Amino acid sequence: MTTELITATAAELAARLAAREISSVEVTQAHLDRTAAVDGAVHSYLHVDAEGALASARAVDRRRAAGESMPTLAGVPIAVKDVMTTAGLPTTCGSRILQGWIPPYDSTVVARLKAAGLPILGKTNMDEFAMGSSTEHSAYGPSRNPWDLDRIPGGSGGGSSSVLASFQAPLATGTDTGGSIRQPAAVTGTVGTKPTYGGVSRYGLVALASSLDQAGPCARTVLDTALLHEVMAGHDPMDSTSIDAPVPAVVEAARRADVAGMRIGIVRELTGEGFQAGVQQRFDEAVRHLVDAGAQVVEVSCPSFVYALAAYYLILPSEASSNLAKFDAMRYGLRVLPAGDDDPSAEQVMAATREAGFGDEVKRRIILGTYALSSGYYDAYYGSAQKVRRLISDDFAAAFASADVLVSPTAPTTAFKLGDKLDDPMAMYLNDIATIPANLAGVPGMSVPSGLAPEDGLPVGLQILAPAMQDQRLYAVGAALEARLQAAWGAPLLASAPDLTAATAKGA
Amino acid sequence: MTQATTEATVPYEEALAAYDPVLGLEVHVELNTATKMFCGCATTFGAQPNSQVCPVCLGLPGALPVVNEKGVESAIRIGLALNCEIAPWCRFARKNYFYPDMPKNFQTSQYDEPIAFDGHLDVELDDGTTYRVLIERAHMEEDTGKSTHVGGATGRIHGATHSLVDYNRAGIPLIEIVTKPMVGAGERAPEIARAYVATLRDLLAALGVSDVRMEQGSMRCDVNLSLMPTGADRFGTRSETKNVNSLRSVERAVRFEIQRHAAILASGGSVTQETRHWHEDTGITTSGREKSDAEDYRYFPEPDLVPIAPAADWVERLRESLPEPPAARRRRLQGEWGYADLEMRDVVNAGLLDLIEETVAAGASPAGARKWWSGEIARRANADGRDVPAYAAAPRRDPRPCGGVGVVGHQRPTQ
Ligand SMILES: [Zn+2]
Repeated sequence: MTTELITATAAELAARLAAREISSVEVTQAHLDRTAAVDGAVHSYLHVDAEGALASARAVDRRRAAGESMPTLAGVPIAVKDVMTTAGLPTTCGSRILQGWIPPYDSTVVARLKAAGLPILGKTNMDEFAMGSSTEHSAYGPSRNPWDLDRIPGGSGGGSSSVLASFQAPLATGTDTGGSIRQPAAVTGTVGTKPTYGGVSRYGLVALASSLDQAGPCARTVLDTALLHEVMAGHDPMDSTSIDAPVPAVVEAARRADVAGMRIGIVRELTGEGFQAGVQQRFDEAVRHLVDAGAQVVEVSCPSFVYALAAYYLILPSEASSNLAKFDAMRYGLRVLPAGDDDPSAEQVMAATREAGFGDEVKRRIILGTYALSSGYYDAYYGSAQKVRRLISDDFAAAFASADVLVSPTAPTTAFKLGDKLDDPMAMYLNDIATIPANLAGVPGMSVPSGLAPEDGLPVGLQILAPAMQDQRLYAVGAALEARLQAAWGAPLLASAPDLTAATAKGA
Repeated sequence: MTQATTEATVPYEEALAAYDPVLGLEVHVELNTATKMFCGCATTFGAQPNSQVCPVCLGLPGALPVVNEKGVESAIRIGLALNCEIAPWCRFARKNYFYPDMPKNFQTSQYDEPIAFDGHLDVELDDGTTYRVLIERAHMEEDTGKSTHVGGATGRIHGATHSLVDYNRAGIPLIEIVTKPMVGAGERAPEIARAYVATLRDLLAALGVSDVRMEQGSMRCDVNLSLMPTGADRFGTRSETKNVNSLRSVERAVRFEIQRHAAILASGGSVTQETRHWHEDTGITTSGREKSDAEDYRYFPEPDLVPIAPAADWVERLRESLPEPPAARRRRLQGEWGYADLEMRDVVNAGLLDLIEETVAAGASPAGARKWWSGEIARRANADGRDVPAYAAAPRRDPRPCGGVGVVGHQRPTQ
């Protein structure tokens, strides 16, 4: 019974909750029990809120028992990335500098989850301030990949990807600045969407790079991802960059899974060289499945994509250096007094706190960004990067003139071993080579499992990209592929993941 | 060559004999919008510290700004009244620097895309001549919080035991109005500076966009001054005297800085580029922080806000709704009241126009109203070193009750 509750999809749970076959308290408790059993090994959570989740679950059950008509996902529990503010729950962004900070307000996304009746299980681990591709830059230790506990679960949203892949939650939220939803989904065999920039409110998301950050849904199936997308998305007057337009019909697209006549563009620059053999193989197979489902394939070229990584690593640090300036020990968060000074100035306290509170990767990017914005360098760095950004948008526009969606492998490799790239920032950055262009152009993207790489038996993800505000196309393609692959496999990909309770028992 | 930050001066006439002053004025005006520039917090002056704050104006992690449309409207009206061009498209920018009373450690401001630019303001001087002040730009920004340094002798940070910060002021909309350098003012530079600020104050009051109460800080003036040898065309090094907060002080500060710069230059020194503090009591400026050209605010376009693109027909509607320009109004009122030129000028210079108009409207004779305000009350004000309007009995805005402390609700700006 319990196993069934934690392996069920959110859509199944929602249906059974609506039919009152099961209660939200049962579902929530089952996931909390799972966390108690496996999270010691996986470390998906920075904070578990059992009491709060059960209280929300009880409230949903009561309302349902009273005959109230409830939103679709009411009673289905969810894990929230620790970058989103939660009133009364710690929000650390994986950073020492926010240790113990309890926000007085909910982010819009969290407010919408609460309004839709989703009990919040806890806050998931992440690279500090979402800077990283492995969670190894979390100040609170890395999360682990449920497929192989010695490997990374992706990043920055490795807490959310591993929480799904280890069946500790059926749904999770993420944020994606350069791939932080999609790459973790790819390496854990889960699904994640970065919506169109402006599609989901950023109010209450602790900003990494404001012009790139986008919150989105994470789940184990395409339909579940769509259901959560619909809850999170929509115009928010508190976010000036939020798009005031109806949410694309993502759930309908996921249910129809129709790609007949759709033109699938393969981006020449995002395949072949630099991609692991098994990753490329699963990508080619996935494309064949889509053709079998009625899509046609076109090849497109996006020549400016080769400059995307360089532009991204100027724009992101520039904005981040400014966004992270507020962490100064004056009003909240960590405060460190400089050693050996009885009467430090405010500036000395700021410096000592930032020295102690930020990790190396955060410092590295603050320094990069401060430099890139300096007078005399602005035009050469930030200014040029903005021009590249324009070129990348132009490339997308041209590609979407001949293709309805674009596809590529989500990440160049399967999950690497913890520690493998920690001392080589450039190697770590290259993980996001295929995901970054979408953030620079503001277009939506999804990662959906495409199988296991034959050489290492680890999950591979397919990335789908669509024009701005055409997010529903991602779901049509993702769902069509998912259906055909699962028919071929005879089960969801995660059914072949190792049994974590055994691993945990051994480890303990 | 030695760099000097001395307070030594030479006589004014001596300074003017050898040097031409170049004057620039930066005036910060707090708008009187009901809510702050980027959030829904109230802007009531004098409320209990930190009672008018929210996640946005406290810079809490995750909070985002939303532009107050009324603030933009006021900025455009000010720009139009200053005969400026209004940008059809402009952006906010982040001005990055660390300071405890600035919650985000950047100020949301405008940099190379001000909403209004290239204007002018004609200023009438005491002898009836008109001086045209060219306006470089008027841009929108937010105010910082207010630090109170406790325990030091002067209320400045140096020597203080601790500091208190009130964030009620953080995020209040400001318009910064910057003149082009004024060249050729000569010995009349102090008079022009004062007349400009007075004219600007009257204009802003007529627009109804600000309380323009210099003594409460809702209008603050920075005086930039440099000297160049008579007949030269290359500007000297300037000093920036901050927060000169009365008309009288503006005039005195310009005068003092001319005398001080001249003393440095005459002795063969060079002027240090720095900010300076004005001391109302002693009538001198003292060195503040050194401000080198290397100071780098790392401006970049504010990614959390979308560009401002005021519709042309909106701008035209605002242009048509501008009130009667103060100079025209003065001529009209002088005619109605039958004041002599000299009487009228005294009334205007003392900032008494509104008070007399209100008093006449309340039933007093024009002559009687003038005598009351420019006689008895002016004598008193002069003795106290304040401006007469500070003595007005009728408050200009209704005090509103303030809410509870530490309210964390957040709302968009409403007006
Ligand atoms: Zn506020």
